[in-house]
Amino acid sequence: MAGCKPQAAPVGAGKKIKIAIDPLTRIEGHLKAEVEVKDGVVVDARIFGGMFRGFEQILIGRDPRDAIQITQRICGVCPTAHATASALALDDAFNVTLTENGRIARNLILGANFLQSHILHFYHLAALDYVNGPDVAPFVPRYAKNDVRVSKDINDIAVGQYLEALEIRKILHEMVALLGGKMPHVQGIVVGGTTEIPTREALNAYADRFKIVKKFIMEKYLPIVYLLAGPYGDLLKTGGGYHNCVAWGVFPMDSAGNTLHKRGVFTEGKDYPVNTALIKEYVKYSYFDDATTGLTPSQGKTVPAPDKERAYSFIKAPRYNNKPHEAGPLARMWVTNPELSKIGQEKLGVKNMRDIGDAAFSILGRHVARAEETAMVAGAVEQWLAEAVPGKETYVSAPIPDSSEGLGLTEAPRGALLHYINIKDKKIANYQVTSATIWNANPMDDMGQRGPMEQALIGVPVPDTENPVNVGRLVRSFDP
Amino acid sequence: MKDKLMVLDEQQKQTGVSRRAFLKTITGTAAGIGISQVFNPVLISAMEKALETHPVLWIQGQSCTGCSVSLLNSVDPSIADILLKVISLQFHPTIMAAEGGVAMENLFKIAEAYNGKFSLVVEGAIPVAADGKFCIVGEFNHQEMTMVDLVKDLGKKAGSVLAVGACAAYGGIPAAEGNVTGATGVMDFFKLYGIQTPVVNIPGCPPHPDWIVGSIAHLLTKGLPELDDDGRPVIFYGNNIHDNCPHVEEYDAGEMAMTLSDAKGCRMDLGCKGPDTYADCYKRKWNSGMNWCVDNAVCIGCVEPGFPDASSPFYEPA
Repeated sequence: MAGCKPQAAPVGAGKKIKIAIDPLTRIEGHLKAEVEVKDGVVVDARIFGGMFRGFEQILIGRDPRDAIQITQRICGVCPTAHATASALALDDAFNVTLTENGRIARNLILGANFLQSHILHFYHLAALDYVNGPDVAPFVPRYAKNDVRVSKDINDIAVGQYLEALEIRKILHEMVALLGGKMPHVQGIVVGGTTEIPTREALNAYADRFKIVKKFIMEKYLPIVYLLAGPYGDLLKTGGGYHNCVAWGVFPMDSAGNTLHKRGVFTEGKDYPVNTALIKEYVKYSYFDDATTGLTPSQGKTVPAPDKERAYSFIKAPRYNNKPHEAGPLARMWVTNPELSKIGQEKLGVKNMRDIGDAAFSILGRHVARAEETAMVAGAVEQWLAEAVPGKETYVSAPIPDSSEGLGLTEAPRGALLHYINIKDKKIANYQVTSATIWNANPMDDMGQRGPMEQALIGVPVPDTENPVNVGRLVRSFDP
Repeated sequence: MKDKLMVLDEQQKQTGVSRRAFLKTITGTAAGIGISQVFNPVLISAMEKALETHPVLWIQGQSCTGCSVSLLNSVDPSIADILLKVISLQFHPTIMAAEGGVAMENLFKIAEAYNGKFSLVVEGAIPVAADGKFCIVGEFNHQEMTMVDLVKDLGKKAGSVLAVGACAAYGGIPAAEGNVTGATGVMDFFKLYGIQTPVVNIPGCPPHPDWIVGSIAHLLTKGLPELDDDGRPVIFYGNNIHDNCPHVEEYDAGEMAMTLSDAKGCRMDLGCKGPDTYADCYKRKWNSGMNWCVDNAVCIGCVEPGFPDASSPFYEPA
C-alpha cells in the first residue's frame, strides 16, 4: 500500500544479481526483461522479443491492396497506424494524390486512435506501476512491496479515472468507427484515401464525442501525470538511455505534406533531416539469418533462424546512421519541440518541450511527453473537424501498377513506423515493416551497442530485487 | 474452499453491488441486439453460482491483442462491470497488475485449484514449428515456456476453452499462406495432442465484444452453446451477411456500388464477401452500433475458417 518507499540499503551490496521478468505484462505482445543489478542499480540489461508471426513472408504474392488489411493485424492497439503507413506506401507505389477531404478523413481516423492509444497506455497499461487497483483480480496479485507512494485519496481518484478512461477510450473507438467502419481493424483506410465520405451527421457525432474526450484529457489525464511528478520525482532523473530520437512526422496538414509533428532525427545532441538510406537493420543477436544483417528496408529480407545460438530476440535491431535511436511520443515531441500545454508550462516552469532538458529523457519524462502530445493532437482534431467538408469525395480510384515501389513513413502512437512495398506483376514482391517497438525494444546490434530500451535500463534503481518495480516502469514508459 | 469464496466476497465488497443485482440489470436489457438473448432471468442464480467456481484465465499466443481491445469496447455490460462484477479474470497479460513470476505462479495456482472448472480463453494462434520457439509466453520455475507448452498444460486442466478470434479459432493471419511458424488454431492443436476439453470458437478479426461476453455468459450459465460445423455459437454466427444486408434490396434491383466511397448499392462487385460469411454484424453493428464494415467498405469474411486466404484478394469479387 501507500508509503512503501524503496529500501535505503541495497540488498546484496557489491555482488551482481540477475533478475528475469517474463512475461513483462501490460504491453502489446510478448516481452521479457533480464537485468543485472549491482549495489541497487541496473548494470546490464537485455530485452527479449519472444514472438514471431512472419507477416513479411505472408504478404508476398498477394494483391497489394490487401496489405492495408493484413498489416493492421500486426497490432490491435494501433491498427490505424499500420493502415496509414501501408496506405502511404501504396499511395506512393500507385502514384495517387489524395483529395483534401481524404487527407482530413485519414487524420480524423488516425487522430482518434492516437488519443485512444495514449489514454489506454497511461491508465490501463502503465498506471498500475504507480497506484493500486481494487483488491480483486486482475488487479491482484501484485508485488508484495510495489513502491506505491500516493495517498489513499489520490489512489482512489486514480482508480476512478482508470474506470472512466475505459469509457473514454471506448468513445474514441466509436469516433474511429464513424469514419473507419469498425475498430480494432478499420475498413475505411484504402489506397487513394478513405471509403466513407463524411456526412454532417457523422461529423457531428464525432464532434459530440470529442468534446467529452477533450475535457477528460485536459482535466484528468494531463493533471494526474503532473501530479505523479510529486511522489515519483526521482523517476524524472533515471531511464534516459541514448537521448537519440527518430521521428518520421505524422498528420499531413496540407497537400504539400507538411506534418503536425516534424520529421527529423536527433543524434548525439544535433538535429538532422531524415535520409531513409541511413536506416539499417542488424540481426547478429536476433533470430534471423546472419546473411541478412545490415540491410536497408528496401533491400530487407526476413529469414527466421529460431535456433541461432547467439540470438536472444525475434526483434531486429534497426539503427539510424549506425546509432541506436528511440522512437515514440518523447522522440516526436523532442524533434518537433512544440509549446507545452498551459498546465505543463505552469508545473514545469518552462515553455517548450526542449526546455525540459535532460529530465525529458526519463521514465516519467516519457509519460509527460505522451500526455502533452495527447493535448497537442486533440488541438489538431478540432482543426480537422472544422476543415472536413460533408459530402465531399475522400477517395481516388487508381489501378494496380504492374511494377512499382512505395515508401510509407508515419508515426504510430508508440513511435516511428515505416512500411515499404515492392510490386512486381501486380503482386507484392517484397514488403518490409519497421515499427516503433522494433526501434525501442531491440537487442544488441552487430557493433555491440545495446538497444535503446536496454540502454535506458542501465542505472535504473532496483533497491529491492524481490520487487523490481522500476524495471517494468522503465519498459512501459516506452509503450512497447 | 477459501479461495473460491474470496473471489466473490472480495468483489462484492469492492464494488458495493451484489452480483445478483448486477445480473438483473444486464438480463433486463431490452431484446434485439446486446447479449440479453443469452440470458434468461431464471438462470441468474445459476450464473451466480457458476461465477464462484469458474475463474477465467486468458492467455495470448501469436496475437495482436486486437481481440482483447475489442472486448474493452463492450457496451452492455461495460468492461468495467465485466472486470469487477461479471468474471473473475485471474490472468490476462495485457491488463493484469502482476508480471513475471508473480503472474505465472498465480496462473498455475488457479489452474490447480480450479482444475476441470476454470475457463481458458485463448487469443492468438499456437505456433507448433521449431518446437514452439516462435512464441515464448513466460518463465515458470526458471524454465522458459512456449505457447505450445502452456496450451498443452492448461488445455487439459480447463473445464472449457474459448478460442477467441480468427487466430485462436482457425489459425487466422499467422496461419495464412507463406507462414513459417506452423501457426495453428486451438481445435486443430487439441486434435494433434489428443486433448478432449470442449472448445467454443469465437472467430472474427477481431470478434465483436458481444460474441465474447455472450459466449462466456452462456458457458457459465447454461454450459456449451449450440455450435455450427465450424465450432461457432449459432446464436451469433447463424445467419448469412448478404441475405440480411441492408443493401440486399439494391442487389436484387441490380444497383451495385461502383467505387469504394459509394454510399449506396450492393458492394459485391467491389469484393464484398458477405455472401460467404455468417455473422450478425448486419444487425449488431460495431463500436456501440456506430457503423459496420459493409456500410463503410466491404466485408472481408473475417469470421470464416479460411480467413484470410479464402477471402483474398479482398477487393475482387469472389
